[in-house]
Amino acid sequence: MLKPFQLIGLRMKSCVVISVLFLYSPQSFAALGDDASSINADEAHLNASVRVTARAYYSIHEMQTAKGTVIRQYVSPAGRVFAITWKGFSPDLQLLLGDHFNEYLVAASQTAHHGRGVHVETNDLVFDSGGHMRYVVGRAFLRSQIPSGVSTDELR
Amino acid sequence: MSSGKLGFLFPGIPALLCLWAGCGGSSSHNSSQGAASNNVQAIVVNGGPQNNHVNGVFTTVTICAPASSNCQNINAVLVDTGSFGLRVLASALGALNSSLPQQKDGNGNPTVECAQFVSSVVWGPVKSADVRLAGEKASSVPIQVIDPSVAPIPSACKAIGPAEEDSTSLGANGILGIGFFVSDCGPACATAGSGNPGFYYSCSGSSCQSAGQPTNQQVQNPVALFSQDNNGVIVQLPSASSSAPSLSGSLIFGIGTQGNNALGAAQTYRPDRNGNLKTNFKGTIYEGFLDSGSNAYFFLSSGAVGMPNCPNPESDFYCPPSPVNLSATNTSASPGATGTINFTIDNANTLFSSSTDAVFPTLGGSNPSTFDWGLPFFFGRNVFVAFEPPGGSGPYWAY
Repeated sequence: MLKPFQLIGLRMKSCVVISVLFLYSPQSFAALGDDASSINADEAHLNASVRVTARAYYSIHEMQTAKGTVIRQYVSPAGRVFAITWKGFSPDLQLLLGDHFNEYLVAASQTAHHGRGVHVETNDLVFDSGGHMRYVVGRAFLRSQIPSGVSTDELR
Repeated sequence: MSSGKLGFLFPGIPALLCLWAGCGGSSSHNSSQGAASNNVQAIVVNGGPQNNHVNGVFTTVTICAPASSNCQNINAVLVDTGSFGLRVLASALGALNSSLPQQKDGNGNPTVECAQFVSSVVWGPVKSADVRLAGEKASSVPIQVIDPSVAPIPSACKAIGPAEEDSTSLGANGILGIGFFVSDCGPACATAGSGNPGFYYSCSGSSCQSAGQPTNQQVQNPVALFSQDNNGVIVQLPSASSSAPSLSGSLIFGIGTQGNNALGAAQTYRPDRNGNLKTNFKGTIYEGFLDSGSNAYFFLSSGAVGMPNCPNPESDFYCPPSPVNLSATNTSASPGATGTINFTIDNANTLFSSSTDAVFPTLGGSNPSTFDWGLPFFFGRNVFVAFEPPGGSGPYWAY
């Protein structure tokens, strides 16, 4: 299987890799909807390696946490994290979703029927998750923050 | 749980099936030393203990205090090839709960687990129990008792998602995880530190700290601990041509160990290290897996497949205006089989308009960038799940 970084290289041949590695700390994590300036602000804790890739309408900040979960923050030209995706052991959703975590919990509790495919929509938040034990895949995005020209199918 | 519900679980063809399958817990105490065991466990697809589930496949598990005849039949336990290990609600165990020994760490503190599913968790102590299924038995198995009363759920566990802690939120009285891994978390949880995914906690009073947990003390797939027929399982369900109230089948223990569990012509699909095969859908390759604990075909997103999600509260599922016929091709992650699957997705709101049905062969929903071959895939197939070594020659699926 391709490693995540190889995937990026294959899927984004026309992209420019801006920087390979810098430091990430949970305290400075830019959650969904946050200003992205804090992503690389704190160099106190080396908990994950981060790679930044520029695309036409946004940039992707990808990190692998110590427990192996790959997290991508999608950052708009306006400097906002408009989407987050994850793969691997379950991430700290409270950290990833930030102010939208409670919104997710409330909406998730209102869906009927039990399943492993979770799809929750509120006015602005769209949350998808699936997978199996030891390997969870998910994404969350804010419809109002998606840059024009971007299809949500790209957010994976 | 009494087995009183069993009568409801087996309408239709039940009498014959029960004779053949041994009817779960009630006759499971029949163990004959030396001879081939009864390795056929009855399973049924229905609405579950609260009749709020769809496409849930359940069985009755007999749980006993170790080396005793103090046993309880727990019905409506979800049969789940997408997880590893047995978990049971404390409320379903009743009085037996206090007879199950609590697992403790080197300091004598109880071990409590935050078991992580897809955007939800179950929380409760690790205890030791004998587990009986059909004529098979596993002794002193680490299981999880789902019981939030033992200690407050740690914030790091809550941050993963909502806790399912009763039969309404869980949609079952327990989960029988019979996927191909033996330990629920694996080596990642064996050592403490920032790389630990946080399944296991050591609790002193109400204060719980994340802890390393050796793999053989983690919650274990009980089938892998049987004395025989312990190298895998076969999930057998008949085909379902349309929605129905229930569907009865069998869970067969062992692969190639008895006359009824030969691999035969089944094709073998091996997973990658994350537990996924490859699924090619419309020319793009996705990570895929076979999961009896998923209640639909969960694949991709509304935009990628051209079908709308249903409105709330059914937003987990797709609601196309008319049935959509699709196909996708599974390929082994390491050299092995390739095969195409045809399937149909129908409008979930239309399907659910029948209040008596709980079996839906055409139910689908979204699952970003992966392909979850949930329970409808199992209808009409014999799906083999071969365990990892040392007991099994997997991990692989075959069908």
